[in-house]
Amino acid sequence: MSAPIKLRPDETFILNVGPQHPATHGVLRVKMEMDGEYIVNAETVIGYIHRMHEKMGELKTYSQFLMNLSRMDYLGALGYSHGHVLLIEKAAGIEVPERAEYIRAITVELNRIASHLFWFGAFVMDLGGFSPLMYALQDREYILDMLEAITGSRLTYSYYRFGGLYNDVDDDFIAAARRFIPRMRTSMKKYHKLVTGNIIFRKRLEGIAPLTPEICRKYGASSAVARGSGINFDVRKNEPYSVYPEFDFDVPVFHECDSLARYNVRMAEIEQSLRIIEQGLDKLPGGPIMPEKKLKAIKVPPGDYYQAVETARGSFGVRLVSDGGKTPYRLKLRSPTYSNMHLFDESCRGMLIMDALAFMGSLDLVIPEIDR
Amino acid sequence: MSLTLLNVIVAVIIAIAFAALNAAYLVWAERRGAARIQRRPGPNINGPFGLFQPPLDGVKLMAKQLLIPGGVDKVLFMAAPVLAMAPAITSFVTLPFSDLIVGHNMHIGILLIFAFASIGGMSLLFAGWSSRNKYSMMSSVRAVSQAIAYEIPMLITVITVVMIAGTTDLMGIVKGQMGGFWHWNIFPFKAGLFNPLMLMSFLIFFTCSLAETNRAPFDLGEAESELVAGFHTEYGSMGFGLFFMAEYANIVIGASLTTILFLGGWDCPFGFFPGVWWFLLKIYLLIASFIWIRWTFPRTTIYGLLNLSWKILIPLSLFNLLLTAGLLKVF
Repeated sequence: MSAPIKLRPDETFILNVGPQHPATHGVLRVKMEMDGEYIVNAETVIGYIHRMHEKMGELKTYSQFLMNLSRMDYLGALGYSHGHVLLIEKAAGIEVPERAEYIRAITVELNRIASHLFWFGAFVMDLGGFSPLMYALQDREYILDMLEAITGSRLTYSYYRFGGLYNDVDDDFIAAARRFIPRMRTSMKKYHKLVTGNIIFRKRLEGIAPLTPEICRKYGASSAVARGSGINFDVRKNEPYSVYPEFDFDVPVFHECDSLARYNVRMAEIEQSLRIIEQGLDKLPGGPIMPEKKLKAIKVPPGDYYQAVETARGSFGVRLVSDGGKTPYRLKLRSPTYSNMHLFDESCRGMLIMDALAFMGSLDLVIPEIDR
Repeated sequence: MSLTLLNVIVAVIIAIAFAALNAAYLVWAERRGAARIQRRPGPNINGPFGLFQPPLDGVKLMAKQLLIPGGVDKVLFMAAPVLAMAPAITSFVTLPFSDLIVGHNMHIGILLIFAFASIGGMSLLFAGWSSRNKYSMMSSVRAVSQAIAYEIPMLITVITVVMIAGTTDLMGIVKGQMGGFWHWNIFPFKAGLFNPLMLMSFLIFFTCSLAETNRAPFDLGEAESELVAGFHTEYGSMGFGLFFMAEYANIVIGASLTTILFLGGWDCPFGFFPGVWWFLLKIYLLIASFIWIRWTFPRTTIYGLLNLSWKILIPLSLFNLLLTAGLLKVF
């Protein structure tokens, strides 16, 4: 980073980055007050793709609303439906067969890898390197093909049901998943060689956009944003759910606080997800994937329920207030990117625009998930 | 070769044809090369190996409306693409492809090419300034600071080569490197002159020609993830087409100059083919490495770029200039 310069707040101009700009990856708008190439002030403007998911949650029955969850985040859809089904199962007291829980964990982790791969490609493209995106998409394609075979869709899966799954996995899926693990490990070596070790890449990220743990706590950041700043928090470990306590995996934490640390966390997370999938495939029990007793319409007893899960983008929480009716009284979705994005305004002051956009890439923003 | 008007006109026409053909087919080569690196097919529908793609793209661009946004400086806006392309074409006239094939040889050939190259830098400034777009404006400011930062080490290395050759005539520079590839300026074993730093000078010159042509990893001027499309954001139709062609024409000039100054021009190391084929082989190998670099590296930052020039390239090239001067005095 160059020596700090004295900004001239009296000689600035407004630069509108977005809502259609290549760096914002969606319809996010950032109103930047610029002094030359330096940012004096930035304001993120959201709401361009607001779809009223929370209101729909109040109007639709529990089963009808289930498919909305996968429309929140189109890159890591399974994690979001996982949170919702876990909450309803907890609230309505539905027993889930163990096989279903394991398959959920395997598919969620596959989806997490797919999401991180896409982020990796898009992030390097933000920095001006095109080719890694194509390699990452090719690996992601394997995951999408595998998930398509069992869920029927490639992006917005509605695979989970209250109490289990829509479809059992077959031998083909298990064989494909087993083949995928060594393939992905080889690819990771290639990515580290091509990108992580590249001097230009490192120079662009090392020491850029330091986020103190305080600012991460202040804005409620989670996922790699918090873990890149030395906060050891992962919902899978800290508030265990589903069958995650059965798995042996590490939570990668880096203390450098810069953009490179956030990159390193996600790359290490891919490797940890592979470990989880490997163990899940080994331990996968037989048995049914739905409860023996056929479920009628879901009835949730009156009360206040909350369930958090670790999605690819961080800690996703669903809060349900029920009055005992067919539909929730209130359904609040806590989307992780919303918190992660809002620290951008405060942190990017005094940064060069190209560093700020690299910083924005390292936050892994998915705009439909912010706006909900 | 006598200076007649007809001679120059024919040379210019051939130069335009060569520049346009190269620009068109280098786009094709770049897209095929990028596709190969990225494991996808690339353009392969129109004609064998997609070879008809460039002319069809050209027809498409010419059929588009040339849109001039409201509030722009019309004169500069229209002049900028022309100013980008014209100097590139003119430079081809003095480039010697072999001892016989040269448009019009001049004893100040190298100076002429650098004079034209600086006009090319001006066209980026004009385009960015006149577009009345904040992204274009920022891009043109970047382009100017980049052009200044990289023309200095480039010129210093050129002075080093000119001192060795004792002439600014491009033909003379090549003739000075004749007689075996160990006489090329890139190698330190030159009769009576042992300069181990010439290889470094070659790398400096190559890096600077990457930066001069606004290519990745130095494509800060058009950094699409930050500045949308940089100085040509507001250009459509052939306005954009000319900028695009000028970029590729400049790549050919950069590769040709590198070949002439450091790789012995049309000098053949083994003597199988006539010299011009060797010259073309050398420049297309250099261009292939340009393409390879672009699709491998991410973009540098503006301060990284300026630091590289002012803190590393300029001191090193100055040091080599002094060393070469000393060696020439001693031997």
